[in-house]
Amino acid sequence: MSIDPVITVENLGKRYTLHHQAARGSLREKITSTLHAPVRWLRSKSAEQPATREEFWALREVNFSINRGEVVGIIGRNGAGKSTLLKILSRITEPTTGWVTLRGRVASLLEVGTGFHPELTGRENIFLNGAILGMGRAEIRRKFDEIIAFAEVEKFLDTPVKYYSSGMYVRLAFAVAAHLEPEILIIDEVLAVGDAAFQQKCLGKIGAVARGGRTVLFVSHNMGAVQNLCSRAILLASGRVVEAGPTRQIVARYLEFADQVYGQRTWSVAEAPNDGQVLRVMAIRVTASDGSLAQIVPVEQTFQVEIDYEILAPVSRLWVGFTIETASGDVVFCAGDQNFSQQAQLPRGPGRYRSRCTVPANLLNEDHYTLSLLSHIPGIREVIRPTRALQLNTVQRDAIAGGGRQPGFVRPVLDWTITPLPSSP
Amino acid sequence: MTDTPNPSEAPTLVLEAGRTEAHYWRDLWRYRELFLFLTWRDLLVRYKQTAVGVAWALIQPAMTTAVFCIFGQILKLPTGGVPRPILIFAAQLPWQFFSSSLSSSSNSLVSSANLISKVYFPRLIIPFSAVVVSLVDFLISAAFLALLMAIYGVVPDARVLALPLFLFVAFGAALGAGLWLTALNVKYRDFRFVLPFIIQFGLYVSPVAFTSNLVPARWRTLYELNPMVGIIDGFRWALLRGAAPPPWSSLAYSCALVAVLLVTGVWYFRKTEKTFADVI
Repeated sequence: MSIDPVITVENLGKRYTLHHQAARGSLREKITSTLHAPVRWLRSKSAEQPATREEFWALREVNFSINRGEVVGIIGRNGAGKSTLLKILSRITEPTTGWVTLRGRVASLLEVGTGFHPELTGRENIFLNGAILGMGRAEIRRKFDEIIAFAEVEKFLDTPVKYYSSGMYVRLAFAVAAHLEPEILIIDEVLAVGDAAFQQKCLGKIGAVARGGRTVLFVSHNMGAVQNLCSRAILLASGRVVEAGPTRQIVARYLEFADQVYGQRTWSVAEAPNDGQVLRVMAIRVTASDGSLAQIVPVEQTFQVEIDYEILAPVSRLWVGFTIETASGDVVFCAGDQNFSQQAQLPRGPGRYRSRCTVPANLLNEDHYTLSLLSHIPGIREVIRPTRALQLNTVQRDAIAGGGRQPGFVRPVLDWTITPLPSSP
Repeated sequence: MTDTPNPSEAPTLVLEAGRTEAHYWRDLWRYRELFLFLTWRDLLVRYKQTAVGVAWALIQPAMTTAVFCIFGQILKLPTGGVPRPILIFAAQLPWQFFSSSLSSSSNSLVSSANLISKVYFPRLIIPFSAVVVSLVDFLISAAFLALLMAIYGVVPDARVLALPLFLFVAFGAALGAGLWLTALNVKYRDFRFVLPFIIQFGLYVSPVAFTSNLVPARWRTLYELNPMVGIIDGFRWALLRGAAPPPWSSLAYSCALVAVLLVTGVWYFRKTEKTFADVI
């Protein structure tokens, strides 16, 4: 891998003007503002401009460079400027300040299936989408078979894509994009679609593209995917580069950067998750086996999750529970107080309650998890939509098999036996 | 054909605020395949789900022609010895092309908002493709006119060879006005409402239902400010013997106006093009 930057970004900035009243400048606004211009010009000497528009820097003083063959993840919360950065790099919009130097053919994939037309058949859409992404007709024809094989839609090639299932649609769209051969590939969040197996296939394809010596810029909220694919990551926040470096380190920084509460979360009456009728949640907490609030729990020990809430009106069969998700958004499990308890099945009157459960030892892997609160009355209605509430880190104390984190969502301790087999005669 | 026939083969590209791209026109040429595909898509989609299909290109001008024939008959408008349906359809042809390409090109950017905010390409392709799609409708109508002329036994002479010239001017007029309207429409959606007005009003002040020689001399200068006057008179002159005098003066006006429209249209379009993705 030679060390020559293919993407150099220097002092990059992008300013948007926000209109507070109308979403976009209407002609009337333009005309009146033109008519008022002389008045304003006179006034501007004394008073400042009325604050009807506001400037907003989506990106500011961004500097970085990316070398040939690197796979770089760009991470940050919503509104951090990731999409704006990609739009500038893809030449969709121009920067307000600074400049970007790109060395090589760029293909950007900001969305799966851009320009797909529902009335057209799969075959027609392959050509159309290819052309939109910058492939020539000859190039598409050459890769046509590969594309349909990857997408697994051979049988439906001459069916209009409006009859496709969403899975087929996404597969076809990604397949076209995956067969681009640019020197620089820019990908935004496209993997948030499709089933798990196909996502894996897409990640594999991106990995292969990268190993082929191409430069890949990958934006995602899926920290797992970023860690798997990228050697380096750039963390953006409020339009600025917070930190750039090895992926593991940057992802960790991102996670601590996010709005996070550990141990216990309590809500004031005004902010509490509630449905306005029967339920208001007051607090959720994680406690270690000794009863103390826990930010980090050892994988090898049990811990408790407690939810404190108030029932506002008599209700029966109310289910209150939580989910545990990984940083990449996969739910490890979902648990609620009605699963095994007959008690909760009974009608309950107004009052305060605490639902408490014990999560067994050796269940979760070493990871970073998010607990979301939710409640429903099974088969009747949702009471509280899943609400992100708490963060939890798990660590493993006793290193298994030489230490280090094992792959997998769970890390069970299984009963193994080893017996010698009689040698074959 | 090379393996990678498409954009950005230029090894280094610098993106910077206000930087006018030296390669814009070359880029436009490089993206010609995208242009062809977009045109092809629009045509395909247009006729794919309609039961009557291609006939749609004919129904509207044919109906308008029929109505104008009836009014012309009632008002006893002179035809100069040409069968009235032919006289009117020959004018309807360029007018229909102009109005349909103007309306589709004016809406073209906004209806391609999704494409514009997700992919880079020279945006000029979109309104241009819209006008070309209308050109296909024009050709279908032209074939119908040929049939009509055969039925009425009207045979054009060598002047018909000048027809492409008038068509070219009409193309320029539609594209020039379309570029203005579509670029303005991105920022100020008000222009959506301007368009039907232009088309409706334009039909009244263009010599479709009547012939230009009915216009009094003192209104002539004002009348000829409409670039379609020279174009429509040109069509009649090229197709019909003796229907109209050679429209040189109004044609000269038209050409000048169209040139101004096109040049300023491209200028304004290029000027606002880079902000399309931000405001669309």
